[in-house]
Amino acid sequence: MGRYEFIPGVAIADLAFEVYADTLNELFSLSAQALFDAMVELEDVRQEQEVLISLSAEKLDNLLFDWLAELVYQKDVDAQLFSQFEVSINEYGSYELEGRVRGEPINPSRHRLKTDVKAITYHMFKLEKKGHGYYARVVLDT
Amino acid sequence: MNMKISEVEPGVWEIPPTEKPGMRVPARIIATKELIDTMDEGVFNQVTNVACLPGIVKYALCMPDGHWGYGFPIGGVAAFDLKEGVISPGGIGFDINCGMRLIRTNLVLEQVEPVLEKLMDTLFELVPAGVGCKGLLKLNKEEFAEVVQEGVPWAVQRGYGWPEDVQFIEQGGGLPGANPEKVSEKALSRGMEQLGTLGSGNHYLEVQVVKEENVYDWETARRFGIEFPGQIVVMIHCGSRGFGHQVATDYLRVFEKAMPKYGITIIDRELGCAPFNSPEGKDYHAAMLCAANAAFANRQMIIHRIREGFEKVFKKSAQALGMQTVYDVAHNIAKIEEYDLNGGSRKLLVHRKGATRSFGPGDLDICPAYREVGQPVIVGGSMETGSYLLAGTKKAHELTFGSTLHGSGRTMSRTQAKKKVHGRQLQEDMRRRGILVKTVSYAGLAEEAGLAYKDIAAVVEAVHQVGISRKVVRLKPIGNIKG
Repeated sequence: MGRYEFIPGVAIADLAFEVYADTLNELFSLSAQALFDAMVELEDVRQEQEVLISLSAEKLDNLLFDWLAELVYQKDVDAQLFSQFEVSINEYGSYELEGRVRGEPINPSRHRLKTDVKAITYHMFKLEKKGHGYYARVVLDT
Repeated sequence: MNMKISEVEPGVWEIPPTEKPGMRVPARIIATKELIDTMDEGVFNQVTNVACLPGIVKYALCMPDGHWGYGFPIGGVAAFDLKEGVISPGGIGFDINCGMRLIRTNLVLEQVEPVLEKLMDTLFELVPAGVGCKGLLKLNKEEFAEVVQEGVPWAVQRGYGWPEDVQFIEQGGGLPGANPEKVSEKALSRGMEQLGTLGSGNHYLEVQVVKEENVYDWETARRFGIEFPGQIVVMIHCGSRGFGHQVATDYLRVFEKAMPKYGITIIDRELGCAPFNSPEGKDYHAAMLCAANAAFANRQMIIHRIREGFEKVFKKSAQALGMQTVYDVAHNIAKIEEYDLNGGSRKLLVHRKGATRSFGPGDLDICPAYREVGQPVIVGGSMETGSYLLAGTKKAHELTFGSTLHGSGRTMSRTQAKKKVHGRQLQEDMRRRGILVKTVSYAGLAEEAGLAYKDIAAVVEAVHQVGISRKVVRLKPIGNIKG
């Protein structure tokens, strides 16, 4: 079972998290959860609408960056929050991602909001194989 | 700290280029001994990384409110040669032209205190804040492209503000060279519904009071429209919202691909850059100027709503209430400015990331009303401890590429602050101390507690002592809306 945690003492003005996962799909899904956990109490977000996301990148770490950046974009463009993330990654020369994310429009009267995420940064950004699983570290600009 | 650092003149600390492989120039930090001793390790690492960038001129600098950021430290200033040097989104920040606006009023504390609750409720209703907040204008992409090309003049022409606002904004709130064709469709669609919104994090709207004992220079203060004890002013801190964040994100990837082509290697990926004089560098510059204009226009729209809020509560026109713009400054930006180097004058690209322009008396870039005293510098403190209005100096031109601090600077991460402070408790404590706070996020409120920041008086004193700006007045908060 994978997990994520916010790490204090890194990038003081911003918010950093680490993710440990058994598989790549889980790593991407948990990273997305951490991203939205920074912005809202996840249990408040109902899964009423679905957005499909397709991405490809030559490097795996860039795919993670693009995936999280795409979710930040989706949050702003339609003012919605997500709480469920299904990810499938395949390698055909480059890495291909198919994502299915579920959430609902932002509702300040029902959602316990936290801090808005402006962007994903490359600062201390890391994705690596660790033991039998995967590890990622992400610093968010908040 | 395992690097050699020495005080080369009072309040100016230098790390020589021998301390890290690849440093092209020394790194300099403006601070008192106490501030330098408590500065986090990240500042020393990051400011020396900046000193390694191609085409950097004289020094990589950090202001006394400096702290660990990404790429550049927050508080970072660096100037680059236009031919040999680079432009870096990591030296500007994702929130392009995050900045401050201050407006004055004719009101005194005794008039505002009895209706403060109503005033803050009204402003909270009128100025959208928090995660994913949308503005009140429904613009399409073409209309939003006009906003980002023109900046504040676009808003004023449509009645959102007064024609005289323009002259009291850094460079008139509309930077030439902004080209919406260099901006992605994604950036336009992300930003087009957010005009006139405060955002989140450390962004705020604050009603403040001028106390007699907090005025250091009445003559300059009067020049800036701060005229009597008890006077009420309004300050906002916000930037270019999702539009600017997307511009920076887009170009970070563009630069990552371009760097090998130009033989640029960097220590930190967040310092991704391209030669200023390259197609990628020029495109980012034109897109970044769009985001800067969007931020000026965003603050203009918010000020318009604040004036409406005051009109509603005090049943007088904003003109009768004397709600003129004192000034508007950018603290995340890169600008082409001219400096004396080796006996000649040279144009340089000055990056300021969490640093404010601080031009001194006589500079032609300052509006005529303030030219004799230097430009106003608006320094946002934590919501508990107050903010400052300073004046720019000629010394800043000589020492720090016309730059000074931008705020108090964090000492504690958001995660740590939330463990120490509870949002609702903090709101109650602040109310008892005479500061009424409205927020859409109690977790976010806890992250912004005063204990998470450096002592603003100490960081302001550091720039005052060194002489890169001078104290005019300290402003005490009485009402705050936190995004």
